[in-house]
Amino acid sequence: MTQNGKRRTLFDKVWNAHIVREQSDDAPAVLYIDLHLVHEVTSPQAFSMIRERGLKVRRPDQTIGTMDHSTPTTPRNELGIIPVADAMAAKQLDTFTKNCEDYGIPMYALGDEHQGIVHVIGPEKGLTQPGMTIVCGDSHTSTHGAFSALAFGIGTSEVGHVLATQTLLQNRPNTMAVNIEGRLGEGVTAKDIILAVIARIGIGGGTGHVFEYRGEAIRSLSMEGRMTVCNMSIEGGARAGMVAPDDTTFEYIQGRQHAPQGADWEAALARWRDLPTDEGAAFDQEITLRADELIPMITYGTNPGMGMPINAAVPAPEDERDINKKIALEKALTYMDLAPGQRLLGQAIDVVFIGSCTNSRITDLRQAAQFMQGRKVADSVRMMVVPGSQQVKKQAESEGLHEVFRAAGAEWREAGCSMCIAMNGDQLQPGQYAVSTSNRNFEGRQGKGGRTFLASPLTAAASAVAGAVTDPRTMLAGLN
Amino acid sequence: MEKVSRIQGSIVAIPVNDIDTDQIIPARFLKVTEKDGLGKAAFCDWRYLEDGETPNPEFVLNRPEYHGASVLIAGNNFGCGSSREHAPWALLGAGFKAVISTDFADIFRNNSLKNGLLPIIVDSETQQQLFSLAEEDPSASVSVDVEEQTLTLPDGRTVTFPLDGFAKYCLLNGVDQLGYLLALDDEVREFESENPQRVATTA
Repeated sequence: MTQNGKRRTLFDKVWNAHIVREQSDDAPAVLYIDLHLVHEVTSPQAFSMIRERGLKVRRPDQTIGTMDHSTPTTPRNELGIIPVADAMAAKQLDTFTKNCEDYGIPMYALGDEHQGIVHVIGPEKGLTQPGMTIVCGDSHTSTHGAFSALAFGIGTSEVGHVLATQTLLQNRPNTMAVNIEGRLGEGVTAKDIILAVIARIGIGGGTGHVFEYRGEAIRSLSMEGRMTVCNMSIEGGARAGMVAPDDTTFEYIQGRQHAPQGADWEAALARWRDLPTDEGAAFDQEITLRADELIPMITYGTNPGMGMPINAAVPAPEDERDINKKIALEKALTYMDLAPGQRLLGQAIDVVFIGSCTNSRITDLRQAAQFMQGRKVADSVRMMVVPGSQQVKKQAESEGLHEVFRAAGAEWREAGCSMCIAMNGDQLQPGQYAVSTSNRNFEGRQGKGGRTFLASPLTAAASAVAGAVTDPRTMLAGLN
Repeated sequence: MEKVSRIQGSIVAIPVNDIDTDQIIPARFLKVTEKDGLGKAAFCDWRYLEDGETPNPEFVLNRPEYHGASVLIAGNNFGCGSSREHAPWALLGAGFKAVISTDFADIFRNNSLKNGLLPIIVDSETQQQLFSLAEEDPSASVSVDVEEQTLTLPDGRTVTFPLDGFAKYCLLNGVDQLGYLLALDDEVREFESENPQRVATTA
């Protein structure tokens, strides 16, 4: 539907509906925030700020907390408690508990049946809904854009602003249409789409923009797949990425704890069906990729933009004309201890990590488990499977997926960010190579000196079995 | 926040593109509940050898001639990755007052401005010139005038840089944005009365 005859994008509609005060020459727009997600790592200084000023949390009923980043994923003790060995982490978790209690914010503590990665639990509980504005002190808040929410990461000062006022000062970003046409082939997944997009535009290619992912391949994805794509928008420099709502979206939300019910559900559906970008609305930029030309992707370097088709050769710095890019590539290959022109297929690995807010949902685990069924993790490999939330863990266990992983020789752990961020005891040792389903391959991201190849859960599982980087399509016979 | 109107300081260059916030401060230092004391952790994995304590003599910030530098010249797309505000806290703690690059990641830029760390955008020619100057003459310094939005280079040339008007007001007056937002309480109430809550409660 057009407003005053102007054709609007999905982003325009959500942005416009949340303006408390319009952007002017003097100040950015003031945007109302519908849902604020908080966790233990980026909130303590924000709570201190409002406490020092004697302020309250304006809308604790629109705020939700969970513990995820600094939490261990090691087994529960005989009392059913997950012990926190690290004193600093324990203090941070205690501080978070006290802050949430003091200000009346609902919070899922470590080990609670609803605890998990902040970007897994929002959608899981039906809190993430189309047309909302959602923020969190975490750059992967872009995940929630899969539901047509305008969702983006903020810093700790801004966490304080939202706690105190439920609003944020924001300059209006530009828009970029990211069209993924055609259909994905067998063994190629949502993760491969987003790694291909970032390889194409580069790690800063989306700076100042909000992405809208469009096209047949996006429409064909499950909500979990769309979340994987939107999750890594920030790795392309865009603070947010969105997908228009459709029946797949509505089916996912319906019946969840916080989903509208009865007449409210019908009213919500009518609102949500108005959200898709108007035919002919203009984007500031547009790119198109063909899904049927994609194969599994893998990164070779030290940022997510350094990615390639899994059967390609590592690029050579001497072929790079831009001096800055050449230096960056040389530095990356030195850190990764890889040679220009080398194939990654067959590269021996030490660790496989399946988890993180990118790929730890039930469909990710089902896909990996189906692949691991009847197979064994190579002796030289440590494989960790870390469900994104306690609810994902429970669901996976009810389907017997944990038994499949354990029988294959993988570790089945408690929910959390785990080895994606390596601040909770789960980390690579210096020099180790990992195939990881997480989102960042920065130097030291998964542990000081660790080397990360980002890939899909299928590629990760295949590589775990082979003990080396492997194209899962070569092992897919017999898999539906 | 302290007022920031002029910055005068010597420069040091890290001519690397896409320096992410995990390099500026690795995640293992994020278990703190305060902002202070993070200067030691800035660029930690580049600054220290494998033991995490012995300064790496090769790393530019450890070279004695660059001690005291307060303006960092960096490669393109500085501050990409994680939203951690610990990145500007660590840079400020390490003595930096401004970072100069061709562009900055959005969240890092926002976070820096809220803490009085000035992100200065220049063209790539100026950036390359500053890389060379910093390498050739460790005593080279620049000056920044926030009001005029100008950067004066060691050779006396002056370039202008973009700065959001509101951020500039906050820097010059040493005020943060929260006061502005708190003053809008009536408008927020009005918005809330016209727009029913999407989720009744998160509990």
